[in-house]
Amino acid sequence: MNNVRLIVSNLRKAFNRRLVFDGVSFTLEKPASIVITGRNGSGKSTLIKILAGVLSTSGGNFFYEVGESKLDSENIYKIIGLVSPYLILYDEFTAFENLHLFSKIRGIKKSNEEIFDLLDQVGLYERRNDLLRTFSSGMKQRMKYASALIHNPTVLLLDEPTSNLDDEGKKFVNKLIQDFKSNKILVVATNEQSDFQFGDSIINLDAYKINSKR
Amino acid sequence: MKKAYYIFHKDFSSELRMRFALNALIMFVVVSLSTILFAIGSEKATENVYAGMMWVVVFFSAMSGLSRTFVSEEERGTNLILSLIAHPVNIFLGKFLFNLVLIFFINTIIAILYLTLFSGFVIQNWYSFILAFVLGNIGIATSSTIIAAIIAKANVKGTLYPVLAFPILLPVILMLIEITKSAMVGESISEVQSEFFVLLSYDVVMLTASLMVFDIIWKD
Amino acid sequence: MKSILRITVFVLITLVLILSIVPPIVETPKNFFEFPLIPGLEDKAKIIFFHVPTAWLTVIAYLIAMLYGIRFLKTKDIYNDMKSVSSAALGIVFCFLATLTGSVWAKFTWGSFWHWDPRETSIFILLLIYGAYFALRSALDNEEKRARLSAIYSILAFLTTPFFIFIMPRLMIGLHPGALEIDPTTGQVKASSNPVIKFEMAENMRVVFFLSLTAFTLLFFWLWNLSYRVLRLKYKLQTEMQES
Ligand SMILES: Nc1ncnc2c1ncn2[C@@H]1O[C@H](COP(=O)(O)OP(=O)(O)O)[C@@H](O)[C@H]1O
Ligand SMILES: [Mg+2]
Repeated sequence: MNNVRLIVSNLRKAFNRRLVFDGVSFTLEKPASIVITGRNGSGKSTLIKILAGVLSTSGGNFFYEVGESKLDSENIYKIIGLVSPYLILYDEFTAFENLHLFSKIRGIKKSNEEIFDLLDQVGLYERRNDLLRTFSSGMKQRMKYASALIHNPTVLLLDEPTSNLDDEGKKFVNKLIQDFKSNKILVVATNEQSDFQFGDSIINLDAYKINSKR
Repeated sequence: MKKAYYIFHKDFSSELRMRFALNALIMFVVVSLSTILFAIGSEKATENVYAGMMWVVVFFSAMSGLSRTFVSEEERGTNLILSLIAHPVNIFLGKFLFNLVLIFFINTIIAILYLTLFSGFVIQNWYSFILAFVLGNIGIATSSTIIAAIIAKANVKGTLYPVLAFPILLPVILMLIEITKSAMVGESISEVQSEFFVLLSYDVVMLTASLMVFDIIWKD
Repeated sequence: MKSILRITVFVLITLVLILSIVPPIVETPKNFFEFPLIPGLEDKAKIIFFHVPTAWLTVIAYLIAMLYGIRFLKTKDIYNDMKSVSSAALGIVFCFLATLTGSVWAKFTWGSFWHWDPRETSIFILLLIYGAYFALRSALDNEEKRARLSAIYSILAFLTTPFFIFIMPRLMIGLHPGALEIDPTTGQVKASSNPVIKFEMAENMRVVFFLSLTAFTLLFFWLWNLSYRVLRLKYKLQTEMQES
């Protein structure tokens, strides 16, 4: 298995003229984990989206290294899994159809059984043929985990990982987090004190509000 | 390529489930053709008018239908999951394929209705017309798709679409009108050689450029 | 340094105004300050000193806007976008002026304000592109996204320009120099016989013409620099206000 690293240096993000954070730097080398914390609006979700490669930066840079080579920013999606409140799946399709579609679009071979198995892990096997629009928010959160894990990612980015989940769901997430923490790369954005133990290190975004540009 | 196909497939089955969009588009075509029918009445118009009117209807149908693929992802917030499962090139190709199929479908309906409803609209050189039809549809689908990707990010999507697309689509529309006129009077393809050359180069240039700039547009 | 440009522009524009309007047009010029008569154009020939520079700057402004747009895409520096948009804003003004001077002239020479000749059509399309560019900008409220998408749009629109500049004039009937014409006697399409193309511009007219081109180009760069600086100042002021 290749070595994977996430290198973030001097990352800066501003929306129009409002600075969200500036000068964020850290390096994670597999196996590693980090907790991102900070007040509401401190930029946790923003940072997670940037690391997922779906939001542009305003300065600095970050990249993933697989083995010795830098991963093209357009190919980040191949190695990361994202769970975020902003993630919305296709609600005109059923749970199974969503996952089936994702595996096809990703170009990975997944048998129906493998998808059923994944649905079983997140506790949605019984509801596999229901449209997502009929799902509760907790069930949707479980679906996000299924969609984030379908391609066996090396890097897991979790934004508010346990929101809307019941005890059983939280247990699943805990197990998942332990697995990634000790074998892969894990980034968790959270405000819950109890979640802080998930990271080898903690970064508080409230400390990155100083504009370095002028 | 296969991945792009599955994105197309996703949009296609989603469209089949929420058929209202397609129905509305077909009604749009019927309504605009009826308007022209009332306007022309029983008078005999020139080739210029017939050819022009046809591609005007095509343009506005494209403007009312082809932005959906991107706008609906953006409005429902599903563009995030799409960026997480596919390479931008494949996303563009998938959406392009969807629009290509849609424009072929709609334009075939328009052409058939036009041929049956307007007795003055007679094509004499079918080869010329069909070749232009194919090349033109590819060009319209390409530009409409990339402009749709742009306006999906804007606040006022509907009105902005034709405003941005018109200058870009004008070369295709003008060439299509010229070739349709020539096909109506039965000229051979060689007479409108340069128009065909323009259509072909337009398709190639626009498709290449779109593939190159799409990821800059797509990323938030 | 800045005032040198301003004074040069002022002096040149004044000079051009005098030199283009004052010299009389006579049938056989004897003095250096007399312009030769072009049959069919007479005094109206003088519009060339204003019409061509404005049309030229419409195009230059567009190119500059696009190039700085591309530069923004590369550097992500919002100041490049400001350069881009200030050039485009001037471009749209010059585009109006070119259309205006052109159609006034057309009214008195060709009989009506607008003919849809290929050149007229191209400038009209350019006006539409400028309009679309600003419509797009006003529909995006994230500065970075606005800069990015309008740069992309300017590139896409630019790709269609070879069509309007090189291809359309050859396919359509036109009145500008170099376009196809309809022979009035036979009704056949034939090559251009426009007096302006056949007529070699007289030496002194050419001097005034290039002087005017230079003057207007410098005027453009001066205005461009000015409006860019205004934008930049406004931006800095707003940033400071937000930070305090
Ligand atoms: N699309 C956007 N446009 C403008 N501002 C935004 C946008 N997204 C987030 N922000 C701003 O960025 C800051 C950080 O937001 P976010 O990352 O969601 O915070 P957190 O997740 O830490 O609560 C907030 O001030 C928010 O208002
Ligand atoms: Mg958040």
